[in-house]
Amino acid sequence: MAIAKRSAAAATKKTVLVTGAGGALAKRVIARLHGKYNVVAVDFRRKVETDAGIPSYKVEIEKRGFEDIFLEHKIDAVLHIGRIFAHEYSRDRRYNANVLGSKRLFELCKKYGVGQVIVHSTYYVYGASAYNPALLDEDHPLKASEVTMDLVDSVELESLANIYLWKHPELHITILRPCNVLGPGVRNSMSLLLSRPYTPVLLGFSPMMQFLHVDDMADAMVLAFEGNKPGIYNVAPDDYVPYQRAVEECGCKKLPILSIPPSLPKIVSGLLNWNAFFPPYLINYFKYPVILDGSLFAKTFGFKPKRNLNDIFTFYRKNKLISP
Amino acid sequence: MNASEVLGALKNFSAKEEILRRLVTPEIEAAVAKIPKPVGSFGFDAWGYNEDQFKVGLAGAKWLYDHYFKVQSFGLEHIPKNGRVLIVPNHSGQLPLDGVMIGVAAATNPHGPRAARAMIERFFPTVPWLGNLLNAWGGVIGDPINCTKMLETDEAIIVFPEGVRGSGKLYKHRYQLQRFGNGFMHLAVNHKTPIVPCGVVGCEETMPAVFNIAPLAKVLGIPYAPIAPPLPLPARLVLNFGKAMHFKAAKTEDEVTEQVEEVKHEIRQLIAKGLKERPSVY
Repeated sequence: MAIAKRSAAAATKKTVLVTGAGGALAKRVIARLHGKYNVVAVDFRRKVETDAGIPSYKVEIEKRGFEDIFLEHKIDAVLHIGRIFAHEYSRDRRYNANVLGSKRLFELCKKYGVGQVIVHSTYYVYGASAYNPALLDEDHPLKASEVTMDLVDSVELESLANIYLWKHPELHITILRPCNVLGPGVRNSMSLLLSRPYTPVLLGFSPMMQFLHVDDMADAMVLAFEGNKPGIYNVAPDDYVPYQRAVEECGCKKLPILSIPPSLPKIVSGLLNWNAFFPPYLINYFKYPVILDGSLFAKTFGFKPKRNLNDIFTFYRKNKLISP
Repeated sequence: MNASEVLGALKNFSAKEEILRRLVTPEIEAAVAKIPKPVGSFGFDAWGYNEDQFKVGLAGAKWLYDHYFKVQSFGLEHIPKNGRVLIVPNHSGQLPLDGVMIGVAAATNPHGPRAARAMIERFFPTVPWLGNLLNAWGGVIGDPINCTKMLETDEAIIVFPEGVRGSGKLYKHRYQLQRFGNGFMHLAVNHKTPIVPCGVVGCEETMPAVFNIAPLAKVLGIPYAPIAPPLPLPARLVLNFGKAMHFKAAKTEDEVTEQVEEVKHEIRQLIAKGLKERPSVY
């Protein structure tokens, strides 16, 4: 009786599939959704430990087994957070997972009548160029692939999501382009970089940057999901700080690198195998600014970050005091 | 003062702090504090403007303003205390000194100081240190998106519609306005922004150029390579700001050009006024 009641209650709740469930952002998103919705957690790396009542799967979204999840659960919405970072695995593997995997995900969403998809993109798609104006709007050209082959998958994932956004309005696709997301547990390049005691900086270049706490980003994802207003949105605060200042504030010691000739920092990064935190193809992002105008998202969803820059940097500063 | 006291004082002595203390006077501090300019939690805005660095830059430029170019400014009351505005001057003198001096005049304006943003050349961000420094002092690359976003946040912007045609002209063409681009008029109309015309007198004499070595400029990838004094001469500068002009949307580009002509006419009169007011060239 009790079980029947519970399953009846569960049936009235929406079921949300979250990819990349092992990551710091997805974990927080799942915690926020749990209880209000039925959550299904998916990760390609491992079977993620989840709270009771959250089924968890280890599956690669470009592989056949992924479809079984859609057969087993009536998925109402997908929060597509899982992404292979450029420092993980080879370029081919990354392309397959990020681009082809996402295409397969969109196809499955179509086939099984999923009513909403949130895609977690990145500000890297805009590309870092000396000619960038500040406060880029969502309709600014995506020039990342002009700079490097290694960011092609980010740009292609976006254009793919865009095609489905226009061709299949019933999927209600929302694309979020966050600025640098930082905080406890975050494993992206910027977070790894600022966790280091010695942090590379390019001599004479300190571009403006925006940072968002991972808890705020999780709030933003939930807002986008619950608000359900399809489209493309930058997610960034209206607070700015130069990169080298952020490095100081995080308690890192600067490791200056000659910036001229422009190929030199790339060679240094390549030789020292800094692929995880200061990879050759991201060098330009430490040279020229990519500043987003996040006002559209803020207005549409009533979003205001709760943690400021100092809150974000304090975590990295304190961590260094604990483990010198 | 005995030896240990001297040593103690020396230990706490910082050349950087001492220079900053002498350079950034209380007047500069007070003026910058009054500027209605929103910045983030670390004192930066989206384009890299930084209050602390702006003070230092302003202090240095103010010295040039007072003692080297002995600038006289008139009509400063026409620069609005707050709200968006385009300051549109004539351009001359090879180096963008006119922009710097207008910036000082606006930032130390007794009627209400403003941090006027200058549009800089696109190659500056690629120059180490200089790019960041110019940004910190309020310079922004001349991109219509930047201009639009800054007007939306009620900034004061200096625009030279003549561009390099004005700054690179030879001494024999002094005080002759070159062709104005129409872009600033479109921006003003689209964002309901008043235009404050400004006549700059004296910059022509800071770097009188007799000849432009165009092939050399082409090889070096710079706008012009003049034969001129290696450093700016201490010519007296006179800045005349005119009444704010408001324009309504024009239907055709020809009508926009007519509106631009009105601004040019105003600037010509302000230049004529300045030439009369100038006590001597140097």
